[in-house]
Amino acid sequence: MGMKTANKVATFFKYFVLILVGLIMIYPLLWMISATFKDNSEIFSGISLWIKHPTLDGYRSALDNFGGSINILQAMLNTYSYVLPKVFFTVLSSCIAAYGFGRFDFPGRKLLFSIMLATLFLPQVVLNVPQFLLYNKFGWVDSPFYLAIWVHCAFATETYFVYQLVQFMRNVPRDLDEAAAIDGCNSFQTLYKVIVPMLAPALVSCALFQFMWSCNDFMGPLLYVSSPGKYPMSIFVKLSMDGDTGFNWNRILALSLISILPQLIVFFCAQDQFVEGISAGAVKG
Amino acid sequence: MKKATAPSAVRTPFQKWLDKYQGILYLIPWIIGFVVFKAIPFGQSLYYSFTDMNFFNSTINWVGLQNYITAFTTPKITKALIITFKYAFITVPLKLVFALFIAYILNFKIACVNIFRTVYYIPSILGGSVAIAVLWKAVFRDEGLLNTLIHMITFGHFNGPSWLSESGCALWVICLLRVWQFGSAMVLFLAALKGVPADLYEAATIDGAGKWKQFFSITVPMITPIIFYNLVTQICQAFQEFNGPYIITNGGPRGATTLISLLVYQNAFKEYKMGMASALAWIMFIIVCILTIIAFTSQKKWVHYSDER
Repeated sequence: MGMKTANKVATFFKYFVLILVGLIMIYPLLWMISATFKDNSEIFSGISLWIKHPTLDGYRSALDNFGGSINILQAMLNTYSYVLPKVFFTVLSSCIAAYGFGRFDFPGRKLLFSIMLATLFLPQVVLNVPQFLLYNKFGWVDSPFYLAIWVHCAFATETYFVYQLVQFMRNVPRDLDEAAAIDGCNSFQTLYKVIVPMLAPALVSCALFQFMWSCNDFMGPLLYVSSPGKYPMSIFVKLSMDGDTGFNWNRILALSLISILPQLIVFFCAQDQFVEGISAGAVKG
Repeated sequence: MKKATAPSAVRTPFQKWLDKYQGILYLIPWIIGFVVFKAIPFGQSLYYSFTDMNFFNSTINWVGLQNYITAFTTPKITKALIITFKYAFITVPLKLVFALFIAYILNFKIACVNIFRTVYYIPSILGGSVAIAVLWKAVFRDEGLLNTLIHMITFGHFNGPSWLSESGCALWVICLLRVWQFGSAMVLFLAALKGVPADLYEAATIDGAGKWKQFFSITVPMITPIIFYNLVTQICQAFQEFNGPYIITNGGPRGATTLISLLVYQNAFKEYKMGMASALAWIMFIIVCILTIIAFTSQKKWVHYSDER
């Protein structure tokens, strides 16, 4: 009997902590969503999620074009015009590099693999200045196609994904490669007929993470986009916040919410892939 | 790592060459990327750190250690270094302890575990975005969500501090943004906890070990590899933090949230003193290197790998 009560208390305590922490974590986000439908005088008058005077003013003014060369739709279009190439080329190039590392033995493989691992720990901030000068020489800074932001991804520079895919590839049985070789596939055919289908979940997971990180990226556009008409969401939201005199919170919050809406949708559609992806890459390290 | 070879009786010299070297063909893009976008810039940045390189000057003069000496004798920069250390040493332990604690609870047979996991994980996905920085500003501004709450629960007797304009508070606000994103570390811990064999706990229970004793004598030792992984990646990330302090407080008030990455940005891309910026980046890099090396050498003492990969 005493044991049972103790168990009940423990269970109650566990749920209490989980719900309390979860509420604290998620409340700002829920409040943000509700605030976008409030009018400005109501937003900071209380902390409740309840909307006394529902209004779409926030969204209306967020969608307004203030006469400049940029508005929210253009900013969104700009964002995805570099996010999508970035995602595509990252997955493609990382998969090819991971295949090279994971499936072949050649002189110098060990050395190259340790170089690859070392670059995992190389902070981007050390590279920013020379990379900026390099892109500037190429004429990629403020290029209409955002070349400075995504071209490097075509060369498997996002080492984290290469490493993750090498880890995943260990789980693809080698018998399959051998069977393909016996059937007369050359190594490239083996890659896209055997490895890619087997790796598909891992490739999707890489694509999802790169999508999220590229959408969040602020430093890249900050350095390499300077004409207002080309601003992506991240810069646009930041400048709208700075430019605001401090009264239009429903507009700013609506703008912010719209900017992360695609990410939220993608996350809810694919949350299991995120969780599996993040677990699988690291545990075996 | 042996490539299966097709069982053809005779292989031409070309095929033999291909068998041996074709792996490198797949690495060509990576090698180009590594050389052009990583190795050369890496060397250049080291070189620039010993020069007075300026974006608008055509001449580059070698100045030796001058940039480094300037860095360690300028109060603004030494202050930024100290703040960066503070930031890392506040956020990394808090984040890991939180992540492990919540993962530990979630690992019991909890109903709706997926809902909890999702709720805890969302901040990690969105936390780096500008939108969340805006939200953080709305929560912590003088009349923001938090102070409204404080005002409410004290029945109007107490107004919260100006979180963003008091030096003592602003850094904590920035730290909190990172700790709030503990979800990714938690997911890793959760996966590791699931891998701890249940019979270990059963044996300990029979031996009469309590839950806390089990946690520290079984759970923690079994998941040290993942603790180690989280520790190293979190340290690397914390030292590079830029978005939070840049967008929310812009390094203020009075430099209280000026992390070293903000100074690198300011020197390089506002004042175009690329030499100085490179020196600062290298100081940061060396600090991260030292911490990583300490972590890696200490891992023999406390990290237990159950198998050799």
